[in-house]
Amino acid sequence: MPLTAQLQNAEDIAHVHEGILHSPFHRRTSALNINEQWVPWNGYAAAAYYADAHLEYFATRNTCAVFDVSPMRKYRFQGADAQAMLDRMVTRDVSAQAVDTVAYNVWCTDAGRVVDDGTLFRLAHDEFMVCCADPCFDWFQLAAIGFERLEISDISDDVAALALQGPTSCALLKAMGFTGIENCKPFQIVRFPYADGEITISRTGYTGDLGYELWLEPRHAEQLWDDLFSTGKLYGIQPLGDESLDMARLEAGFIAPDVDFHGSLHTVDLHHDHSPFELGLGWIVNFKKPHFTGRAALQKEKESGNYRRLFKLDIEGNKPAEHSILYSSKKCSQEIGYVTSAMWSPVVKANIAYGLIDPKYINGEIWAEVYHQKELRWYRKVARCTRVTKPFWSPQRARQTPPPDC
Amino acid sequence: MNKQYDVIIIGGGHNGLACAGYLAKAGRKVLVLEAAGQLGGLGATREFAPGFNASVAHTLPQLTNSLVKDLELSQHGFRLAQESLATIALSPDGNHITVHRGKLQGASDADTAAYADYLQLMQKFAKAINPFWHKRPPMVGSGGLQDITTLGQFGWKLRSLGKDDMREMMRMITLPARDLMDEYFDSPLLKAALSWDANVGSKLAPRSPNNAVLALLYRMSGDFGGDLPLPAGGVGGLVDALAAAARSKGAEIRTDSPVAHVVMDGQRPTGVELESGEIVNANTIVSNADPKTSFFKLLGAQHLDVQFTHRINRLRCDGYVAKLHLALDTLPAFAGLDSPGGRMLLTPSMQAIENAYDFAKYGEFAQELPMEVIIPSVHDASLAPAGKHVLSALVQYAPYQLKGGWDSQREQFLSNALDTLERYAPGIRTQIAASELLTPVDLEQQYRVRGGHWHHAEFAIDNWWMNRPTYGASQYKTPIAGFYLCGAGAHPGGGIMGAAGANAALAILEEK
Repeated sequence: MPLTAQLQNAEDIAHVHEGILHSPFHRRTSALNINEQWVPWNGYAAAAYYADAHLEYFATRNTCAVFDVSPMRKYRFQGADAQAMLDRMVTRDVSAQAVDTVAYNVWCTDAGRVVDDGTLFRLAHDEFMVCCADPCFDWFQLAAIGFERLEISDISDDVAALALQGPTSCALLKAMGFTGIENCKPFQIVRFPYADGEITISRTGYTGDLGYELWLEPRHAEQLWDDLFSTGKLYGIQPLGDESLDMARLEAGFIAPDVDFHGSLHTVDLHHDHSPFELGLGWIVNFKKPHFTGRAALQKEKESGNYRRLFKLDIEGNKPAEHSILYSSKKCSQEIGYVTSAMWSPVVKANIAYGLIDPKYINGEIWAEVYHQKELRWYRKVARCTRVTKPFWSPQRARQTPPPDC
Repeated sequence: MNKQYDVIIIGGGHNGLACAGYLAKAGRKVLVLEAAGQLGGLGATREFAPGFNASVAHTLPQLTNSLVKDLELSQHGFRLAQESLATIALSPDGNHITVHRGKLQGASDADTAAYADYLQLMQKFAKAINPFWHKRPPMVGSGGLQDITTLGQFGWKLRSLGKDDMREMMRMITLPARDLMDEYFDSPLLKAALSWDANVGSKLAPRSPNNAVLALLYRMSGDFGGDLPLPAGGVGGLVDALAAAARSKGAEIRTDSPVAHVVMDGQRPTGVELESGEIVNANTIVSNADPKTSFFKLLGAQHLDVQFTHRINRLRCDGYVAKLHLALDTLPAFAGLDSPGGRMLLTPSMQAIENAYDFAKYGEFAQELPMEVIIPSVHDASLAPAGKHVLSALVQYAPYQLKGGWDSQREQFLSNALDTLERYAPGIRTQIAASELLTPVDLEQQYRVRGGHWHHAEFAIDNWWMNRPTYGASQYKTPIAGFYLCGAGAHPGGGIMGAAGANAALAILEEK
């Protein structure tokens, strides 16, 4: 990398386009999207749901479901300085990450505010892939200044990807001929020959359940889809849309960008961005590793203890506390925070939410002011919230190797 | 581990040596490591042709008595060859205008009267701002008492100019030199000469807004009131005295000792590794190098945060001044001038300067090159063999990034410079025994200064005071505890002044 961040002219970038883009699986996903329910994601058409969101959701919890993650942004970091460059960008210790493993990571500004989160794939000693929900190339280029033996490329369109999630996912992959997949540990990467190429499978996902992500060249995308759905019939496979994925990730305790947090580079007002500690990501901030961006600020914040907390909340009643303001008592006289995500969880059978609480009130009572509608009429109730420290949904099978029934 | 030294200073330029002097005086065990065989960097006096000596920096307008007194430089051999050089705006027809000790000669009555007003105002501004060149810049938002005090003093100094002058200073501070000169003077020759110091050394010309007035005030910061002292033995004479002073107080100075990088243990430096592989330990490392070299080469981006690194990387470091040294067999004759003993400006008009700048903006150079010329051997016989002379010229504009590169075009540039000189001193070509042209690329390579920039990074309002070199490193401290800056890239900037070195030493002494 030279010491100058060379930004391309818009007209020289092939992917600046008009209209919505189609993922490599679009011919298959659009055939199944009988309601034409699409949401835009990085310029691509992503299914909000296919036939029925609840059916898809229950498939991820009881059989298996497939989510097209191709619109995810994927970047390749290659070169002798790749490890050092990434190590000073992300909060976890990249030097300690083994080849063929994946690590969930977060990267921060100098002030220790989250720019974005994503997964870091170590593909070789000097080769990595970063996957994140939003484009991050400009930040990576900035972060590469001063690291000369390094090439960063946006490979988003060179890789087609599916997330196969749910209790039967391992058995299905095995039935498809990926022998030995049952020995793949959580966050491990394995490779198999596929068609006339290769498929990379990582035991990762966004549902908190047993699951895998499948990575391959776009030219093999449709074949993979067809193989999954023909062999998958017996394993209860369903396509999975955005709505049901959002339910699953909330149960699993995962945060969503632009829902639970705003990337620091996209916020204007003070404190509309977040530190990793505020988002409950203190566990991936490693002060023992080599220097990383935001370290000094985060150390100071950690020592002060003076930061908001994104708590997992179990809320009484069954009315989702969507958009609720949180208070310190039932009287609702003192605001202490707000809800970022909320739902009725069918699998946990609980009314769950994330609430961002001001530091002064983290040890006190939490009450949510919930508005709900019945036949267009609005009702208000104030519900007691109980803090939950573990993910709402975290089955054993997600961690077992080999997984059960495999 | 051998902890022979408290402080290691990387770079034996005049600021590094000044810093060493102050630290050694306070009892610190100091080691200065200079990469070159000779101390002084751009201030070193070098023999560029047998018997002929010159330093890249050639006068000391910013020299303060405090530096000379604090470090007892006079006892260590420092002296001036001439207390004040006159500035002579040369006209090819011999109708020169001379500026000396606050007086004009050869100008119209109107310009002479205007100059008195102009100078009075500028001196008032210079006096208000002067203490702040020698003080650590404040850090905004730190809440620290010293920072608040400095900011308060700054506000008070401006306010105590009186309401009218304060408003006037705030109005004038970012004016282009051309507008400022047009407000006061008529003569194109005078305007060009007075605008020279507002822009020389930066990527700026008379029409550029930004820091003309600031640069003029900076130039007036010395104790010689804007006059031009000429050191004996070239600026190297001052460098030798600084080195002798530092050594006398116990500092150790090694030349031919290029540092490869700073050795870090976690978040703190523990020493330096020389290019030879030798490791020297100290818990405090001070860099006299430019900010880009300091942070990218010596420290390494892996020890710094992303946005800070970006701010250092985007510093404007391209030099635009070439240095010309001529070994002359006889004293050249400038038309209409009795003796070429002053600082001669070959700048017929601000438009001529602007024209030369226009070429440089686009990576080229002009046919006619504005320049500042002195012949120091007129006052200092030690610089040249008996009866012979040294001509030392700052030639603008020589873009660091010249289209097509300097290798194939240096002869043309030299020829253009000599043609320009010839117009004022006919026959000078025949007097030249040897010449040395140092383009910004040469300065970068030979003196290890990024971009060959005098100030290590552009001296400009956006890059000044609490933004020099950038916020987060503007108090000589850097984000790395124990790693300091003491060079021209730190406040107050370049020019032979030693203030960055002295201020850095104070910051280091306060730290423990």
